[in-house]
Amino acid sequence: MAHSAPFDPDIAREVIAGLTHLPGATLPILHALQDRFGYVDAAAVPLIADALNLSRAEIHGVVTFYHHFRQAPAGAHVIQLCRAEACQSMGCRDLERHAETRLGVAMGSTRADRRATLEPVYCLGNCALSPAVMIDGELHGRVDAARFDELIDELGLPP
Amino acid sequence: MSRRIFVPIDAAALSVGAGRVAQAIVREAAERGIALDLVRNGTRGMLWLEPLVEVETPAGRVAYGPVTPADVSGLFDADFLNGGAHALSLGPTEEIPYFKRQERLTFARCGIVDPLSLADYRAHGGWKGLETALGLTGAEIVEQVTQSGLRGRGGAGFPTGIKWRTVLNAPADQKYVVCNADEGDSGTFADRMLMEGDPYALIEGMAIAAVAVGATLGFVYIRSEYPHAFRTFSAAIEIATEAGLIGASILGTGPAFHLEARLGAGAYICGEETSLLESLEGKRGLVRFKPPLPAIEGLFGKPTIVNNLVSLATVPVIFEKGWEAYRDFGMGRSRGTLPIQLAGNIKRGGLIERAFGITLRELIEDYGQGTASGRPFRAVQVGGPLGAYFPESLLDTPLDYEAFAAVKGMLGHGGVVVFDDQVDLAEQAKFAMEFCAEESCGKCTPCRIGSTRGAEVIEKIIAGEDRSKNLVLLDDLCTLMLDGSLCALGGLTPYPVLSALTHFPDDFDRSVAAPARAAE
Repeated sequence: MAHSAPFDPDIAREVIAGLTHLPGATLPILHALQDRFGYVDAAAVPLIADALNLSRAEIHGVVTFYHHFRQAPAGAHVIQLCRAEACQSMGCRDLERHAETRLGVAMGSTRADRRATLEPVYCLGNCALSPAVMIDGELHGRVDAARFDELIDELGLPP
Repeated sequence: MSRRIFVPIDAAALSVGAGRVAQAIVREAAERGIALDLVRNGTRGMLWLEPLVEVETPAGRVAYGPVTPADVSGLFDADFLNGGAHALSLGPTEEIPYFKRQERLTFARCGIVDPLSLADYRAHGGWKGLETALGLTGAEIVEQVTQSGLRGRGGAGFPTGIKWRTVLNAPADQKYVVCNADEGDSGTFADRMLMEGDPYALIEGMAIAAVAVGATLGFVYIRSEYPHAFRTFSAAIEIATEAGLIGASILGTGPAFHLEARLGAGAYICGEETSLLESLEGKRGLVRFKPPLPAIEGLFGKPTIVNNLVSLATVPVIFEKGWEAYRDFGMGRSRGTLPIQLAGNIKRGGLIERAFGITLRELIEDYGQGTASGRPFRAVQVGGPLGAYFPESLLDTPLDYEAFAAVKGMLGHGGVVVFDDQVDLAEQAKFAMEFCAEESCGKCTPCRIGSTRGAEVIEKIIAGEDRSKNLVLLDDLCTLMLDGSLCALGGLTPYPVLSALTHFPDDFDRSVAAPARAAE
């Protein structure tokens, strides 16, 4: 997302040091790093391991287990389409094809110009107002193809 | 005197423009020189009417909806601040049949109060249950929860009081209360709605649990797909702690109880209690073997209550109104109320809290008014991605743990997802297996491998490849997953698959064009 700064090990160390006191600190640290830099840089893994007295393998294992953590920066805008049953009942499979065409990117990848990442998500908790889409952390409901295009136009994204 | 006006700040309401409506109202009022007291409440749960704007009048709150920013000027012209008539008038909010015919206990305050106002919370019965509980011994609290008949609202339906008793009787220097707010089931949003609409109810419920078993530290594990709920709930913890309601001493007279909200990271499996505990400990969310039960060796190896959010948020009302009053709702061994989430292809989706025993038909046809598309109903999936698909002929099944088990289904977290006649149940069955493959923690073979093989076999059946042999294979695979998986993910994925096969066999036979699809 737009707020991410380039990875800086000194800032990362500072972020980590501020959270090591928490019981089970790994996830809070990973969240804080991702919020700061937009992803979890591989260089952060040994820093976390040292701070928590765990192995690099353990930290790497956690980073890769959870869908939420990125190992590379996302595009400038992150567009998440719900793929779960309630949204299926309202046509999210068609919306997914439409979104891929409109954005010119396959589900689960980032556009070549790095301006948008299209991702699947399994439930956003907006199941009475399906299909649901989350754009840069903002939830949208009843998103049909026309509404999707409006939202993308608002981002100023060319096709 | 300025008029009180309510515009929800619930994420679902925001998703259809409640934020822009609130801005438009503030702007319009300023232009007209009208003083407003704007409250950003949670949602009442009538989601098809969102953004639902309410105005406080001498005769009570009246509703308008669904409101768009373009309607705002007209609403002022119609004198809506005094309840004036308008095309969007819905009359007194609590007289809307969808709302009026509910039995709101757990969600009694949701949509009514300002979510973060402690004064509102207290004025609507807040902390009364906790005050009562503080006058009881741990054993008495546990006994009353047991007597209330409350069962785990996350899906398993295990008696809450029995779980608490185990933790109470486990000697330890440290105990924990953990709230499972990893609401990953499609079709469910009750946890989110409560965290955003009445967060102190959960804090109060967790405090009662802590007092009951002697826990001094609590965690709420909230999924990362709910950033809005996480923010609201974290703010609620901060406010309650600063006000001295929790923290060093519960309500200033009780024992210490510190509460922390933790964010998940997009893993469906972390809704399984032992996987959730692993995640809280900072590890991969691998499911643990049981025993030992979390009640004996839970978080960091200590006795831990792990309850669903709805279970914990229901505890205060049990002590506020008395366990007998709660137990008197419901049917059979399903006591009290269930917050049902009506979702998917439905005209009037939302949250309906009713005593157990209401039928699917009443929910879908009466509350829901049929499909959103206007096409004929074809199937309903109850209980999330691991729940069974039911046809029209099973719509008279009452919502009751045992009645659902009898038709090879489960209530889960109370999500009801409706499908019209465009649904292809073979595709849905394949999706169930694919979802399991995507979300499996990988610890046990039936789930890790079985789900991938299951998706492949269903694909072959759809393609008409060795149909009869592959149907036998699929049945065998489902039996293996049911019996051999470590947890409910692999163990229940066969539910949607087998129910689709049983009730919608034609969808699996492409040599016969399904009547619904043929009509296209």
